[in-house]
Amino acid sequence: MSPRALKPWVLTATVALLALAPRLALAADTHPGEPVTGMPQLAFGHPEQGRYLIANIVWLFIIFGVLYYVMAQYALPAVGNVLEARRAHIEGDLEQAQAAKLRADAAMAEHQAGTARARAEAQASVANAAQQAQAEAASKAEALNARLNAQIAAAEERITASRDSAMGALRSVAADTAEALVTRLTGLADRAAVEQAVGAELAARGRA
Amino acid sequence: MAAEGKSIDALSQFELTPVLGAVGNAVGFTQSTAHMLLAVGLVTALMLWGVSRRAIVPGRLQALAESSYEFVHELVVGQVGDQGRKYFPFVFSLFMFILFGNLLGMVPYGFTFTSHIAVTFGLAALVFVVVTVIALMIHGTHFFGYFFPEGAPKVLAPLIIPIEVISYLSRPVSLSVRLFANMVAGHVMLKVFATFVVMIGSAAGVLGILGATLPLAVNIALIGFELLVAFLQAYVFAILTSIYLHDAVHLH
Repeated sequence: MSPRALKPWVLTATVALLALAPRLALAADTHPGEPVTGMPQLAFGHPEQGRYLIANIVWLFIIFGVLYYVMAQYALPAVGNVLEARRAHIEGDLEQAQAAKLRADAAMAEHQAGTARARAEAQASVANAAQQAQAEAASKAEALNARLNAQIAAAEERITASRDSAMGALRSVAADTAEALVTRLTGLADRAAVEQAVGAELAARGRA
Repeated sequence: MAAEGKSIDALSQFELTPVLGAVGNAVGFTQSTAHMLLAVGLVTALMLWGVSRRAIVPGRLQALAESSYEFVHELVVGQVGDQGRKYFPFVFSLFMFILFGNLLGMVPYGFTFTSHIAVTFGLAALVFVVVTVIALMIHGTHFFGYFFPEGAPKVLAPLIIPIEVISYLSRPVSLSVRLFANMVAGHVMLKVFATFVVMIGSAAGVLGILGATLPLAVNIALIGFELLVAFLQAYVFAILTSIYLHDAVHLH
């Protein structure tokens, strides 16, 4: 106990007790009659001490009986009630806290479910949009390819036609040139033989 | 009165002297009785006044009252079990009565009523009677089987039964002598060393005063030790009572 906590009345009472107690003790400490030999606790044969010892036992049972009665009837039930009330109070608080925690958990779970649902929805719509865009892009690319293929095919056709016509012209030009060369060298030329020779030569070079 | 004729008078502190004059003398109301009443008053005040505010967060006095309650309650229920709740007020009264009796003896000019074999034997006999009556009420004549453990060879019965009976009957003796002897020994020691302080201190001037500090230091240590003994003996009395109650309720 700190000195600060020592209340004035406690101090006064202590000082008064310390001052009075020796007087009381000395006043009580007069031993009339014959002296006590041996242990006073066992002096049952002593005229005064013996009587006091027996009286002490009787008083003991009376006073202890009173203490037991007061404790059993009033004091201990009162303390027990206070302890029980505190226990109930704490338990009530704990139950409330438990309920609050359960509510919070439920709200949290709901919130999480909502978040998960929203995320799933968002993902679904994103996937949907992506798929749509992909399909559109694919169809566009296909159309483009088809057009390009058609153009390529047309161009190839044109090229083939041009080459064929060019190749056809090559034969007549070659025959004409060969006939002119043969006429110049020999003075006469057999048109049919020249054309045959040119055809054979072209075929040999793979140009027929 | 410290020294009468050069002998140390350590025992006169235990003499009973009547208080309250002629009336007190007539009914044998001694300082011992007064201290019993004081102890009962203090215990009652502590337990009733301590919890009168019924605070959820206890103050000092309420915490003291509650921890006394819980300390003894744990002790009784721990030893006897749930059936021990009925006997809790009895053990609690014993514990607090003896504890306050021992502690009042540590107050200067106070008297230790537990230093009287008549008082401690009275309490021990009360415990003995209460325990035996409880055992008889619960078990009837089966109680006497307590004196012959089951499964022991029948041949040993003439040996075991007297031993068990004697050990049962010696309970109040050991219970009362233990408390009585502890309190007497402590207070005799205190008185002897206190007498040394006075004798040496008044004997040889400065040297005597210096020499007297030694028994004074011993006495200071003894007071601390006696406070421990005061608590410990009350605890021992209460726990032995609980153990006897356990035997009465469960028969071994």
